[in-house]
Amino acid sequence: MQPSLKGRREGSPWVGLWAVFFKEMADHLSSTRMRILEVLILFSAVGAVYAGAQTLRQTVSEDPFLLLRVFTAAQDPLPSFVAFLSFFLPLAAIALGFDAINGEYNRNTLSRVLAQPIYRDALLWGKFLAGLATLALILLALFLLVVGLSLIFLGVPPDGEEVGRALLFLLATLAYAGVWLGIALVCSVLFRSAATSALAAIAVWLFFALFWGIIAQLLAQAMAPYDPFDPESELRQAEALLAFSRVSPNTLYAEAIQALLNPGVRSLGPVLISQLQGALLGSPLPLGQSLLLAWPQLTGLIALTLLLFALAYVLFQRREVRA
Amino acid sequence: MVIETQGLTKRYGKVVAVEGLNLAVEAGEVYGLLGPNGSGKTTTILMLLGLTEPTAGTVRVLGFDPVREPLSLKKQVGYLPDSVGFYGEMTAWENLAYIARLNGLPKAEAEVRMRQVLERMGLAEVADRPVGAFSRGMRQRLGLAEVLLKEPKVVILDEPTLGLDPEAAQEFLGMIRGLKAEGITVLLSSHLLHQVQAICDRVGLFHRGKLVLEGRVEELAQRVLGGAYRIRVGASPLEGLSERLGALPGVARVQLEGTELRLEATQDVRPQVARAVLEAGASLNSLVLEQPSLDEVYARYFQEVRHAA
Repeated sequence: MQPSLKGRREGSPWVGLWAVFFKEMADHLSSTRMRILEVLILFSAVGAVYAGAQTLRQTVSEDPFLLLRVFTAAQDPLPSFVAFLSFFLPLAAIALGFDAINGEYNRNTLSRVLAQPIYRDALLWGKFLAGLATLALILLALFLLVVGLSLIFLGVPPDGEEVGRALLFLLATLAYAGVWLGIALVCSVLFRSAATSALAAIAVWLFFALFWGIIAQLLAQAMAPYDPFDPESELRQAEALLAFSRVSPNTLYAEAIQALLNPGVRSLGPVLISQLQGALLGSPLPLGQSLLLAWPQLTGLIALTLLLFALAYVLFQRREVRA
Repeated sequence: MVIETQGLTKRYGKVVAVEGLNLAVEAGEVYGLLGPNGSGKTTTILMLLGLTEPTAGTVRVLGFDPVREPLSLKKQVGYLPDSVGFYGEMTAWENLAYIARLNGLPKAEAEVRMRQVLERMGLAEVADRPVGAFSRGMRQRLGLAEVLLKEPKVVILDEPTLGLDPEAAQEFLGMIRGLKAEGITVLLSSHLLHQVQAICDRVGLFHRGKLVLEGRVEELAQRVLGGAYRIRVGASPLEGLSERLGALPGVARVQLEGTELRLEATQDVRPQVARAVLEAGASLNSLVLEQPSLDEVYARYFQEVRHAA
């Protein structure tokens, strides 16, 4: 061995990545979980279009963003399409990822697979990318169903900007799903039992979906108490609340799609009257500006996904092969 | 040297799994790592494959360092873990195809090799069945098929006969012997000493992470049991015989075992024994020269270690 190579490991960490990727992808697509998800997809698409169409038929005013309304319109008792997605996707991501690594342990296949000429990197990356690709496939199917059905029901073709916004919305949704896939992956490395791992991942999801809002409020009140004689303290509290609630990926996702799907949104935080001087209220922002608005949230979601994957990676590299 | 370790040590916190192991396995040899459960055999194997990092010491397998050059190493070294598992919902063929892809075999060549190894392991008929329905013996053979798929130079088998019924175990040991005939170096671990002693050229006995005895089975017997020749004498009546036989030259000791006497001798003293029995006026019912068994070597060695302590 050359001295310059000493201390470095040989070869590429990507060897075998595609073999793992395609095997995992095939596993996902042929699994019973996928059948269940497919049924959910169909129901949700039909529900979303129905709700959207009902709402839109009742509005008479002119709306240049008809397709985006289909995504966001809710019709009692049906939730809007995006509300449904932010609820359904974490579960789908957890379902695809919760037994990624501990499943290999439990089937006694890990040592056999790692005895092949590949690095652990390839196994983890392959599993993560396969999960992400499956989620992308689900999302794309859902998206095309909704767009196609709304074309039939509404008869109005979307224009270029609408399609652009819808595709960015798709990207944000994939990043959001990636965060939950990352959480599921970390759980699958941490917990040896698949059931524990699934429960832990769902507990994290419940925590952010139900409790984090309350906790963020309490924290904001404690950190920036409201003083009735100081009007600025109210603003400080609102900003603190926003900062805390943005720890949750759910908030980040909700804000990102709010900016992307609703061209009228100009700010995701509190706005002062002075800042609105000269603004034409209700006039839509161009796509570039909306993207700029959602940029921190988008990068935040992607960064969170990478961070979680890195955590799973470090944990997995340190794990002993033997149980 | 195909496998060489120097001062190989693995600690898990304060627990020492393997300590100061110096192992040398030559090309074409069948080497047995023997010892009770938890004596460090599997840890040693994992370190040889680079699946766990040694705390200290060096390892070379086929000249490669498992920590720094694991890919070249694992291309030529096949490993069959002790509790081998497969993807149960996939067929035997699909399981092998996955491993072939992980090894980067071109598709056409992989298919030829897969057909060959399945045929060789007698699994050709069940190739399209899900592995979930396979028996323990079939899984073990599928594991060996997978090991052979990469046409290895070295094969490492962890407890290959564990959980197999005697017939399947013998069959499997026969297959391992077949590997030696092809010039493949085999390292196997087992705690079932009597099963593997027949196929190992050399063995190393592990005790609490240390290699305490090493060599050919006969050498070990010679060294540990004193007399390498053990002779069972069935005679009646037995009275007075043990003193007489014990006095024969070359006999190290005589023990009464049920209705038989057991002699340990430095040479084959069967003719002298037969004469002595007849001269004592007893009738000789049987006279058997026993092959030394590793179980005894092992048991005796630790008896002596305990006595010394």
